[in-house]
Amino acid sequence: MTQVKMTVNGKAASGDVEGRTLLSQFLRDDLGLTGTHVGCDTSQCGACVVHVNGEAVKSCTMLAVEAEGAEVATIEGQANADGSLNAIQQAFQDHHGLQCGFCTPGMVMSAAALLKENPKPTEADVRHYLDGNICRCTGYHNIVKAIMAASGQDVSAIAAE
Amino acid sequence: MPKDGGIGASSKRREDVRFLTGAGNYTDDMNMWGQAHVFFLRSDVAHGTLTNVDTSAAAEMPGVVQIFTGADFEEVGSIPCGWQVTDKHGEPMQEPRHPVLAHGKVRHVGEPIAAVVAETLEQARDAAEAISVDIDELPAVVNMKEAVQDGAPKVHDDLTSNLCYDWGFVEENKDAVNKAFDEAAHVTTLELVNNRLVANPMEPRVAIGDYSRAGDEHTLYTTSQNPHVIRLLMGAFVLGIPEHKLRVVSPDVGGGFGTKIFHYQEEAFCTFAAKACNRPVKWTSSRTEAFMSDAHGRDHVTKIELALDADNNFTALRTDTYANMGAYLSTFAPSVPTWLHGTLMAGNYKTPLIYVNVKAVFTNTVPVDAYRGAGRPEASFQLERLVDKAAHELEVDPIALRRQNFITEFPYATPVAVEYDTGDYNATMDKLEEMADLSGFDARRKASEAKGRLRGFGVNCYIEACGIAPSNLVGQLGARAGLYESATVRVNATGGLVVMTGSHSHGQGHETSFAQVVADMIGIDEGMVEIVHGDTSKVPMGMGTYGSRSLAVGGSAMVRATEKIIAKAKKIAAHLMEASEADIELKDGAFSVAGTDKSVAWGDVTLAAYVPHNYPLEDVEPGLEETAFYDPSNFTYPSGAYACEVELDPDTGEVKIERFLAADDFGNVVNPMIVTGQVHGGLAQGIGQALLENCAYDSDGQLLSGSYMDYAMPRASDLPFYEVDHSCQTPCTHNPLGVKGCGEAGAIGSPPAVVNAVLDAMRSGGKDVGHIDMPVTPARVWAAMNG
Amino acid sequence: MYNFDVERPQSIADAVQALSREDAQPLSGGQTLIPTLKARLAAPSVLVSLGDVDEMKGVCMSDGGQLCIGGATTHATVAAEAAAHYPALASLAARIGDPAVRNRGTIGGSVANNDPSACYPAGVLGSGATVVTNAREIAADDYFQGMFTTALEEGEIVTEVKFPIPQAAHYEKFLQPASRFPLVAAFVARFSDGVRVAITGASNDGVFRWSEAEAALASNFSASALDGLSVDSTDMISDLHGTAEYRAHLIGVMTKRAVAAIG
Repeated sequence: MTQVKMTVNGKAASGDVEGRTLLSQFLRDDLGLTGTHVGCDTSQCGACVVHVNGEAVKSCTMLAVEAEGAEVATIEGQANADGSLNAIQQAFQDHHGLQCGFCTPGMVMSAAALLKENPKPTEADVRHYLDGNICRCTGYHNIVKAIMAASGQDVSAIAAE
Repeated sequence: MPKDGGIGASSKRREDVRFLTGAGNYTDDMNMWGQAHVFFLRSDVAHGTLTNVDTSAAAEMPGVVQIFTGADFEEVGSIPCGWQVTDKHGEPMQEPRHPVLAHGKVRHVGEPIAAVVAETLEQARDAAEAISVDIDELPAVVNMKEAVQDGAPKVHDDLTSNLCYDWGFVEENKDAVNKAFDEAAHVTTLELVNNRLVANPMEPRVAIGDYSRAGDEHTLYTTSQNPHVIRLLMGAFVLGIPEHKLRVVSPDVGGGFGTKIFHYQEEAFCTFAAKACNRPVKWTSSRTEAFMSDAHGRDHVTKIELALDADNNFTALRTDTYANMGAYLSTFAPSVPTWLHGTLMAGNYKTPLIYVNVKAVFTNTVPVDAYRGAGRPEASFQLERLVDKAAHELEVDPIALRRQNFITEFPYATPVAVEYDTGDYNATMDKLEEMADLSGFDARRKASEAKGRLRGFGVNCYIEACGIAPSNLVGQLGARAGLYESATVRVNATGGLVVMTGSHSHGQGHETSFAQVVADMIGIDEGMVEIVHGDTSKVPMGMGTYGSRSLAVGGSAMVRATEKIIAKAKKIAAHLMEASEADIELKDGAFSVAGTDKSVAWGDVTLAAYVPHNYPLEDVEPGLEETAFYDPSNFTYPSGAYACEVELDPDTGEVKIERFLAADDFGNVVNPMIVTGQVHGGLAQGIGQALLENCAYDSDGQLLSGSYMDYAMPRASDLPFYEVDHSCQTPCTHNPLGVKGCGEAGAIGSPPAVVNAVLDAMRSGGKDVGHIDMPVTPARVWAAMNG
Repeated sequence: MYNFDVERPQSIADAVQALSREDAQPLSGGQTLIPTLKARLAAPSVLVSLGDVDEMKGVCMSDGGQLCIGGATTHATVAAEAAAHYPALASLAARIGDPAVRNRGTIGGSVANNDPSACYPAGVLGSGATVVTNAREIAADDYFQGMFTTALEEGEIVTEVKFPIPQAAHYEKFLQPASRFPLVAAFVARFSDGVRVAITGASNDGVFRWSEAEAALASNFSASALDGLSVDSTDMISDLHGTAEYRAHLIGVMTKRAVAAIG
């Protein structure tokens, strides 16, 4: 076992892990941060996306020891300081960008990474950026719409309630 | 009409807050004190005789708690099938034993042979690798038509053949149908495949068994769409646990689409092993396991024929379908190609004579059962492809041919045993044409051609039977369960309500839309209504969520229970205001006496019910809690018209969806936002079936598409913004909400429009191939264009 | 996964030293290796993570006018930092996998693995790049030796890849719809002294140069120069997603489109 230390959602976190322990396992099983989900084993679905040092990564495809000393951000740390939903989360609720909620943490974390590097993405930008996030419920329409809305764009011309 | 909450409002979903903040509670998020983990050693061959399973070395491995094999389950029941189909000779279907762990033989890749319970999952997996398994491999049967040939290897040695049943519907009509074909002016024939799919909810299945020695009580936490059904099937038929000693809990469920209806071996195993090991036992499916253990969907091979008279009226329809059951009968598998498929073959048309033949076949593949739409997508795909083909053969407009043959008078009894209560197929087609901008299509096609692309337009209609269903009817059809739904409405002293429903959300937003219904009936804020579901210890016996039934059946139960609450509350209000019960009116959360200014608030009445100081104790019991079980008198029949516009790259065969339009009639709508979202999701799955998804086996029964590396899940960049309308509303006449259900429509209605559009595009490029099978991959399109 | 130790060396020398341990394997991003380990298809006793070897990271131009990319440089970094120097290569990197994969996956990991459907091998071979290891420099033409096979010796790591900059280049890919790897992709690079065409995704032998196309384009750099040329489908991959004939056909289409994009 190796001790690993990192900062998760602004707080120091540490634990003893095996070499093979994945970052997703460390977050879920050791830290109890079960908002990060695991939906596949081939690094495709993106339910496990978190930020490591500000970059979106698939936490099921990164060893916990590789995050030694890193700043990790998960879905549990995304809300505003007063506990209210942040702009992306609020847009997902406002535009019905989630149904079962399982892919949602990864979607929100990917959306946050996208808007950081591209503050006003087009529809095509959003769809392309979500290549590594699979949703089975929404057909993506309302996810794409929510992300564009979260960027401050007017989405009223896009169909549906 | 939309308003601030209540029926018709697009209320934001309350469940979203926990899902968006990582506070959801999915089964895998739960861990029991002292739990052990199980790893299933699964067969890597499709068919073989198990000659030896030696666990002795594995049992000595670090961390191993106990190892189980098929021999440990000989005294345990078979995984049951919930539906018995009677064949065309009046005989029951062939029904094989379905063991928890394989015994004697393995019958599909992925079938569990042994289960290792260990301190950690990795230790369990290490030990599983040390189990020595000897299998004498047998030839696998994969192709259905070969499987029913004389001399084919048998999946189950104790059955007479691989034919589960040969179903004729309606057998008595067969001669009349054949005669109509003999007399037809034109016959259109189509042979097609409805491709095998994997449901792929993003949350893989999980089961945690827990056992309390103190009370001899079992608890199963599982990712189920219907916890009570699991309790009944597993308790009564597999493990012999009485229901009062067995609790089944499904917390937040991360999608289901049908595949989480069924009772699976892993659930029975974890429940069994928790007692045997005297500690909680947890199984979390990997995605790789899910591909070879979740029930698959579709997989039909069909020949369908349409007879028309000289005026292009449909005179008869005849189909011949092979339906894959896989190696065992999953919970509702036999009903899917029969009662959920044959009964829908009339579609939206007044075809007077129909005969449907279905041969259900055992093969060495994963069991096949209901997947979003279940039988109805297969029906709609055949029929709507066939009608389109007929239109082209007859050189008439596909929309006009459909309109000419639409059913226009309701109620309408079809020749395939169902009665449509309401519908207006011309209205949805009118709406579709309005949305489609057909007059602009030529210009759009020219613009595509200028880029070297072919553009195609395809349309289809659909009808589905939802809100399943009347228990007495499905009982006659072979269901071994009732299909009612339950609700208990508990009013607290301070006026808030808890509604315990037998329906169970796995993404549909019941906590929001169900609360809207109850709040609307009383005239109180939605926030005063809490929805509880997914726990057999909390809610009355319910049948769960599938078949687009939750609002139509579960919602109706809630309405009935709430009506009882209101009736009782009116008695109390009448007493408080010293008025006649008949004069009491409830509006906006207050009771008043008609024609007076007397009024008491909802909260005054609920408080009186629990603090009955001034109370009609001689006439009314204290308390305010009511239960209702609602059993509908008919299915509901959502319908609609869909259209698709594609752009096809003739150099690569790639098809891009440019537009997808859906005009649906769902009857009344409670939450338009949620309904629209359900249609979107269904469309993505239907388009996925049409263009991308294919669960393929090789001739040895090896799964070729066993991960997301080979099973193409629709991604954001594969799909457009959809154009969706549900303003055409012919309310259901036989449930109190007038609702029809919307969960499956998108998946049922969309595949034919996509394929019709692709064929239209190919024709515009000078290639009329008649039909192309799904998924319409670039490779298939290119081969067809160059064949 | 089977368990393993993880070493996190800070220098190439330490990495090479760590890799001398029995059954050691380098981990350079892990976007292919970790899923492979999850499936228990490999059982290294120690993984040597190259993620902390700073001397293997970064993108720069050499004095000789070559684009030098450290072996541990992520696809996202190449996409951003190579854009000004070698836009076609940056564009290739920007389209590998998905954003999260690009933030972890590295050029060295991709080139060392030599997946027959990977993007980078086409860029490296199509550019005529030089693969630099801790021990030597290997020309791309000598480096790629078939599906999942390279000239690397046991314990040898890709520390850098050096790309000559062509006059113009383009990477055109057609996606396998499930994995989103290339079903077939073509990297076409035009140099003053000739044209290189590298094809990935198609062949049972992994990435290869389409020499007939190179010859035709050398004398006439236009899509029409490829008319009538075809690839023998004998050695092409045939699977659920496309027959050998289809892949052979797509090679022509992708190459023509790459040429047309260069103009």
